[in-house]
Amino acid sequence: MTLLRRYRGAVVGILALVIFGLLPLVSLHIPWVLPGTVDVVNSTGTLEVLALCFMFAGVALGYDLMFGFTGLLSLGPVLYFAAGAYVFDIAVTRWSWPLVPALALTAGVAVVLALILGAVALRVDGIAFAMVTLAFAQAFFFLIENNPHNLTGGDTGLALSDLRLPSLLSGAVSNTRNLYWIAFAFLVVTFAVVWLVTESVTGHIFVAIRENERRLDVLGIRPFRFKLLSFVLSSLIAAGGGVVYVLVIGTAVPSAVAATTVTISILIMVVLGGAGTRWGAVVGAMAYVYLQQFLVKVSGEPSFTTMPAILRVPLSQPQFLLGAIFVLFVLFVPGGLAGLIGRLGAKRDTTLPQPRRGIASMVKGLKK
Amino acid sequence: MSALIVITFSGLALGAIYFLAASGLSLIYGLMDILNFAHGLFMTLGAYAGWAVASHFPASFGAPALLVLAVVASILGGAAAAGLTEVLLIRPLYGRPVSQILVTIGLDLAAVGLLMGGFGSSALQIPVPLWLLEATHIGSVNLPNANFLALAAGVVVLLALEWFLRRTRYGIIIRAGVENREMVSALGIDVGRAFTVVFVIGGAMAGLAGLLYSVVFSGDLITPAQGDSLLIFAFIVVVIGGLGSIRGSAVAALVVGLVQDYTSFYIGGHPGWAEIGNLSVVLLLAFVLEWRPRGLFGSVL
Repeated sequence: MTLLRRYRGAVVGILALVIFGLLPLVSLHIPWVLPGTVDVVNSTGTLEVLALCFMFAGVALGYDLMFGFTGLLSLGPVLYFAAGAYVFDIAVTRWSWPLVPALALTAGVAVVLALILGAVALRVDGIAFAMVTLAFAQAFFFLIENNPHNLTGGDTGLALSDLRLPSLLSGAVSNTRNLYWIAFAFLVVTFAVVWLVTESVTGHIFVAIRENERRLDVLGIRPFRFKLLSFVLSSLIAAGGGVVYVLVIGTAVPSAVAATTVTISILIMVVLGGAGTRWGAVVGAMAYVYLQQFLVKVSGEPSFTTMPAILRVPLSQPQFLLGAIFVLFVLFVPGGLAGLIGRLGAKRDTTLPQPRRGIASMVKGLKK
Repeated sequence: MSALIVITFSGLALGAIYFLAASGLSLIYGLMDILNFAHGLFMTLGAYAGWAVASHFPASFGAPALLVLAVVASILGGAAAAGLTEVLLIRPLYGRPVSQILVTIGLDLAAVGLLMGGFGSSALQIPVPLWLLEATHIGSVNLPNANFLALAAGVVVLLALEWFLRRTRYGIIIRAGVENREMVSALGIDVGRAFTVVFVIGGAMAGLAGLLYSVVFSGDLITPAQGDSLLIFAFIVVVIGGLGSIRGSAVAALVVGLVQDYTSFYIGGHPGWAEIGNLSVVLLLAFVLEWRPRGLFGSVL
């Protein structure tokens, strides 16, 4: 029993791996709760939503590495997400590059962008860092809207041409299953990377930066390069998410890929799940994306449209409901879902470590 | 030459609106360390309050009276929204600065969603007097009357704010709190009340900014998301001016307004450069931060 408790995380992880890995092969019928229009688990609509869930879970996890573990409140992760989506899309669609060189170019651009912009933004701390990263991301949004050399397609976006992609990746409906597995693999790889990093010495330095940067300085460790490393890693993961997004959705549109709303969503996912806990970001992101898609579906149902306006108007706006849930979480559930479960567990079992504190005092550079 | 004057004038008017939005943000940050994402919402709600009054009062009031009512409504609407936000959402989270930022993000998201549900995402039109759409001839140049309105509002608010911060008890408490909050609390002064005052003032200015932006720069149209796009520029102004500094906000707002207008007029006309106005503002921010990480007038960071 104690053995099971000790490896509980690993057991849950392996179970999730098997269940979600085999899900596309099962045509189980579940009424109502699925986000797709057909109530079958491996229907195209549901698989696509789940693929989005995995993709955002990976991106949120990468963001958590920087925000939750290193204490850097960046408001610009969308820049690297958009860079991943657009560089890959442009390489494949406009320049007809094959898959592997396009991926290599995307990774290279993401790393260089993150190194340069990260180095500039990390000159300041706390709120100023948040604002500078926000401004850079907004500048990138304007750049994409501007449609330089007719590369990005401006407002209307750029649909991914699958002529040069391997046929099992093309956007055909029959390939949704493959795209699902790619998104899932992205999440699994991201989780492995984040796990390795956070368990390593580097990861411990990240946490030390969050807790007390001056002390590191005194110990002779320069925090700057570790902050930059955390920033670049997180950005690279976001760019990977952008590539998966374009593959799954088949197009990149600035309002969906590059707008500040994406940053806000990622931040909300991490906080809902519980910052600095790894699986919290994953669960938060999956719950957020699933709920968003599910609420859109519910608001179109006939029983819904006949409701009185005072109920129908708020309930038909996923943005309102998600925002309200988020406000309630910030007010009443400081540690997010992870903190909540940690606290419930702690009541039952006093041998478990106490739940982590809320994110209140986590971000560096804030006056107390 | 006359084009230069017109562009300068409109850049200054834009700067005046940025100042209205940014000075409240800067005060709130300086006193409370809150990056207030709901400021965009206060701007939007101000514009909607103005619209609600101007389009529901009988037209027999006359267009000028309706405009005045709309301005008053926007100020009151923004102030009320901000006051409620502070008391209901910020106050329970004192001592948790990150949670305070997050709660304003959630509020903004939820309320904008609600506005979209209630009014639709398409634009609403505010009725304005005809003279506001015309221009005044001074010498050989035509200066839009709406720009005069924005500039006048900016100057009046700047003077009122300076007077309030220097001559009233609360103003002095707020200035002292921006310098050193612990010291003010240690002297037995209720800083919590000053927090609410700062939010109400910031909200009032934001509400006015939201209405004026619609009237002066977006053809009398209002949309649920308009405040959020203004907010980014307000943030940039605050950082360039120096967090917590009113004069910094005023100077930075004018600089940002002018840079944005000049670049988009002189360069933005060329094909492929349409967004240069917005981009150059961000470049300006990066440049200022490299040169002066605390902003032009910043001391508290």
